[in-house]
Amino acid sequence: MPEQPVVGRPVPRKEGRDKVTGRARYIDDLNFPGMLYGTTVRSPVARGRIREIIFGDGIPWDEFVIVTARDVPGENCVALILFDQPYLAGEQVNHAEEPVVLLAHPDKHLLEEARRAVRLDIEPLPAVFSLDESLAQKEIIWGEDNVFKSFLVDKGNVDAAWESADFIIEGEYRTGAQEQLYIENNGVIAVADAGEGVTVWGSMQCPYYVHKALMKLFDLPETKIRVVQVATGGGFGGKEEYPSMIAGHAALLAWKAGKPVKIVYDRAEDMAATTKRHPSLTRHRTAVTRDGKLLAMEIDFTVDGGAYATLSAVVLSRGTIHAAGPYLCPNVRVKSRAVATNVPPHGAFRGFGAPQSIFALERQMNKVARTLGLSPEEFRRRNFIRAGETTATGQVIHEEADLAGLLERAFELSDYREKQERFAVENETSRTKRGIGFASFMHGAGFTGSGEKYLESVVGAEADTGGRVRILAASTEIGQGTNTIFAQIAAEALRLDYDQIDIAQPDTANVPNSGPTVASRTCMIVGKLVESAALGLKQTLVQSGFLADDYTPEEFRAACGRYVEKFGALKSFSQYKQPPDINWDDEKYQGDAYGAYAWAVYVAEVSVDTLTYEAHVEDFVAVQEVGRVIHPVLAAGQIEGGVAQGIGFALYENVVWQAGRMVNNQMTNYIIPTSADIPPIRVYFDERTTTTTTSGAATSGAKGIGELPMDGPAPAIMNAIEHAIGVSINHAPLMPESLMRMMGGELVEV
Amino acid sequence: MSKSDFQVARVAVNCTVNGAEQTLHAHPLARLLDVLREELRLTGTKEGCGEGECGACSVFIDGEIVNSCLVPVAQVEGAKIVTIEGIAQSDDQLHAVQRAFIECGGAQCGICTPGMVLAAIDLLERTPQPTEADIRAGLAGNLCRCTGYIKIFEAVVHACRDSAMKA
Repeated sequence: MPEQPVVGRPVPRKEGRDKVTGRARYIDDLNFPGMLYGTTVRSPVARGRIREIIFGDGIPWDEFVIVTARDVPGENCVALILFDQPYLAGEQVNHAEEPVVLLAHPDKHLLEEARRAVRLDIEPLPAVFSLDESLAQKEIIWGEDNVFKSFLVDKGNVDAAWESADFIIEGEYRTGAQEQLYIENNGVIAVADAGEGVTVWGSMQCPYYVHKALMKLFDLPETKIRVVQVATGGGFGGKEEYPSMIAGHAALLAWKAGKPVKIVYDRAEDMAATTKRHPSLTRHRTAVTRDGKLLAMEIDFTVDGGAYATLSAVVLSRGTIHAAGPYLCPNVRVKSRAVATNVPPHGAFRGFGAPQSIFALERQMNKVARTLGLSPEEFRRRNFIRAGETTATGQVIHEEADLAGLLERAFELSDYREKQERFAVENETSRTKRGIGFASFMHGAGFTGSGEKYLESVVGAEADTGGRVRILAASTEIGQGTNTIFAQIAAEALRLDYDQIDIAQPDTANVPNSGPTVASRTCMIVGKLVESAALGLKQTLVQSGFLADDYTPEEFRAACGRYVEKFGALKSFSQYKQPPDINWDDEKYQGDAYGAYAWAVYVAEVSVDTLTYEAHVEDFVAVQEVGRVIHPVLAAGQIEGGVAQGIGFALYENVVWQAGRMVNNQMTNYIIPTSADIPPIRVYFDERTTTTTTSGAATSGAKGIGELPMDGPAPAIMNAIEHAIGVSINHAPLMPESLMRMMGGELVEV
Repeated sequence: MSKSDFQVARVAVNCTVNGAEQTLHAHPLARLLDVLREELRLTGTKEGCGEGECGACSVFIDGEIVNSCLVPVAQVEGAKIVTIEGIAQSDDQLHAVQRAFIECGGAQCGICTPGMVLAAIDLLERTPQPTEADIRAGLAGNLCRCTGYIKIFEAVVHACRDSAMKA
């Protein structure tokens, strides 16, 4: 029996050895005999009618496999929430980079020449390029009012609260698009024919999303579609829905060619054509009493969904529910909407709408505090939500939710008070101004509301004659450590060695649908199913008389051997059942929005160079309560990586748009933080609390962790910059040019 | 079936890759990255950006770390090339930096890892006892989107200690 509990121990990452030796095989490392390369001809125009596709001279077109909208065997739409996005535009394009023609050829250099030789004759139509233009209905481009989806959260009576307020404070906040920038671009290989069906191997987060989409595209039954995830070089949401598109494209080419087809994007195509974080606009109107209590919050939240609905409705939902944050307020109204624009559809990116609305809230909270003459921390302290109190959706918090404790800890660890005073003195005379600021926030784990109930996720476990246990799940390893934590959870449940547990490759032909790898749900929701599926193996062995309740790993092995010999196979499956005390009203948007929340306070220390107008993060402290930490190194790695992306969101990552196209679609001019830009990130998990979540939600007391660290950095950094220079920054990203203008600097021609 | 110049106009390039002499057959302007991956099936060297920004395609050429996406294969005539596949002594004996990456959590999705491991080895060869500033500067040519770099810094420090103990 293992001497130490395996959960909570930093065991080696399951696939770590393959990754450090270069042996791990990603999609572009695989080749099939007779394989063709595929490419995509995309619209150069944001909106217009396709008049003609012109195949230019000098290319041996008869050698090429050519696919257009007319070649689609089933339905020409990407099955997701609404069925509005075509795989290939037929008559009209609705965004630049929209796919119109697919080409395949064995020679990839010739293929590129051919792609450039296809000319799309498109009659331009008036287009909408920003959420402001869409809200103003400059042109109606989607439905009757450009609105994909809207929500209303209404708690108490906001209208009645304004009169009794001592102060009413308004604010407006904006965030920009952000590219996920996984270092491995999107890629797939497909084989397809009418008899055998369609099989796709690829880089992806959600094999069963791709599976569902291909069924509709080819009008084939589920047994005729197989989707296999191979080693995936990062996702961050960017490989949640987009792989359905590229998989469909490769499969359409393979279907027509009768040969395997590989499509791997280069960086420029991946950045320009695939999803990004939704740009947002948030307006706040906050009523408070003189003694610093929140009376009412009216929040208006808009996200730019791009040209098709894709996942915007659910991104909007999460952003809406998180908009009022971890504060108790008797009257809250959040009105929100996702609107259409003629840019490539925005999609999932770590945090999923919450980083946008939390950015606005945490800036607004500082503004309210200033108006009240209170410190940002004192104002928050008077309003932090506590156990037994209700959120904006009326959810009663059953967790300890000790935000005041987290705040105090974060302040101690960052020397917040000492630095605040010292910087104020030093800034009087120094060219570089320093500041320190923080954000307090929460992030709900798992699908929103009744989402998990509808998913009905399933996980399997099987044991072989040698007693090796294999976990069967569609949850993908994309760097975050799925394979490792699943093995830990199963090992603990069965009291076996970590090394005795294997994780099956996510392959829809072999693993059940454990749901998508998104929404910080893998550890908390799927992990719980791993635990019960593993325990199911033990129960079967005990009930069949092969194993005693108390056993050694050797006895377990022997029992598996005897069982498999007698019955052929030992398998166990476990399906998610929503606990009866989770109630969610989809119509009113009231109830238990999430089974559990992670709680956090992040402190950023910044410097602002008043000559170059560059802001830099000098130190970062991240304190959070995420329940039980399954793997301390992986968990800290999640926080550090998320904080780095949050720093990028705040200060570096600026998508430059021209007529609906991203024009800085290169790593050379879309800047993500390098090792030279990242401050020390000091991560602390508060495990003091005995986690009581809404019942049955958490496995081994673990809560979601993946998205949380994306929420806090940007507002904490802007709060710190305001402390440093006294200028209020209400948009992200903050580039030096805009900081210069805000600080009253002028461009000097030299 | 027609072929592009890249398939037709090939030259022979002699070089050493991971200690073995090789004759590569490729268009003189073919990227070393592609030739390593396609002709020698050394797929541990990754493409992240194709423009020398991300460092995922790092290899050593005559001891210098370079982005192989920027090197035309004609330039490596007579050169000694080492890729990630040439770093571990054997399957059982990983390099100290590789061991440290596993132990410290320096690899998450793993796609930048081969390049990052090479950059860390290069750093430690030039600066055996690096300061934190040395590590930050030494790895700044290699982008990682998963880790926020902190666990990679820890892996470099850990590898130094590991090597120091062995020495």
